[in-house]
Amino acid sequence: MSGLATPRVRLPRSVRAGEAFEVRTLIEHPMETGLRRDGARAVPRDMLASLTVAFEGEEVFAAEFRNGTAANPFHVFHLRLPRSGELVFTWTDERGRTARLAQRITVA
Amino acid sequence: MTPRRTLLVGLALLPLPSLAAEETLAAAIAAVVRERAVREGGMAITAPSVAENGGQVPVTVTVDAPQDATLRATAIHLFATRNPTPGIVSFRLSAAVAKPEVTTRIRLAEEQVVITIAEMSDGTVRRAAASVRVTTGGCLT
Repeated sequence: MSGLATPRVRLPRSVRAGEAFEVRTLIEHPMETGLRRDGARAVPRDMLASLTVAFEGEEVFAAEFRNGTAANPFHVFHLRLPRSGELVFTWTDERGRTARLAQRITVA
Repeated sequence: MTPRRTLLVGLALLPLPSLAAEETLAAAIAAVVRERAVREGGMAITAPSVAENGGQVPVTVTVDAPQDATLRATAIHLFATRNPTPGIVSFRLSAAVAKPEVTTRIRLAEEQVVITIAEMSDGTVRRAAASVRVTTGGCLT
């Protein structure tokens, strides 16, 4: 089994100080609950467990996924950052595999 | 085993899907709310009233709060009332989250009520619900 898909994140490269900005995240993943059947065969469970978003090493946003999260998890939320720095997005599946994306944002 | 005992054991093994589902939902919500009182409203779920594809239902949860030092949402949870399992997702919101609003996509097995719970920075808990009809179920297909 290969690793997780490459995630996509959309956020501005730079914002004004104090400005709230939108973050959109998407990762391709089947989010198989293990409850579904393909003919006679039960499709094995294969789920992402979480998404964490950290700014300069500190968690700013997190999601814990359960069976009701759709395939290809997509999220929109808003952040406001005190200074320039790096946002790191990490998706972790239930077997501990991760997909990581880092993006620098300038607060001017 | 006496016949009576056999009967009791037999009854205990009978599946009670609807009751079990409700208990699981109640337990999942109770695990979040704990012993705190829940205020109805003060937040909303935006979802289509009819979802074409139950496997991909867009949902936005918005909490009425300034999301600053005076009052902010610290966690938002979503629960399904008629899916095989109730849990959908839980979000943790730090002080860097600028709006008490999250959008996601969920799966719904059939027409049902979706429940959202918000935990607030003052220790209070809020709840809202929305009913969504589903054309094609999204959990087992």
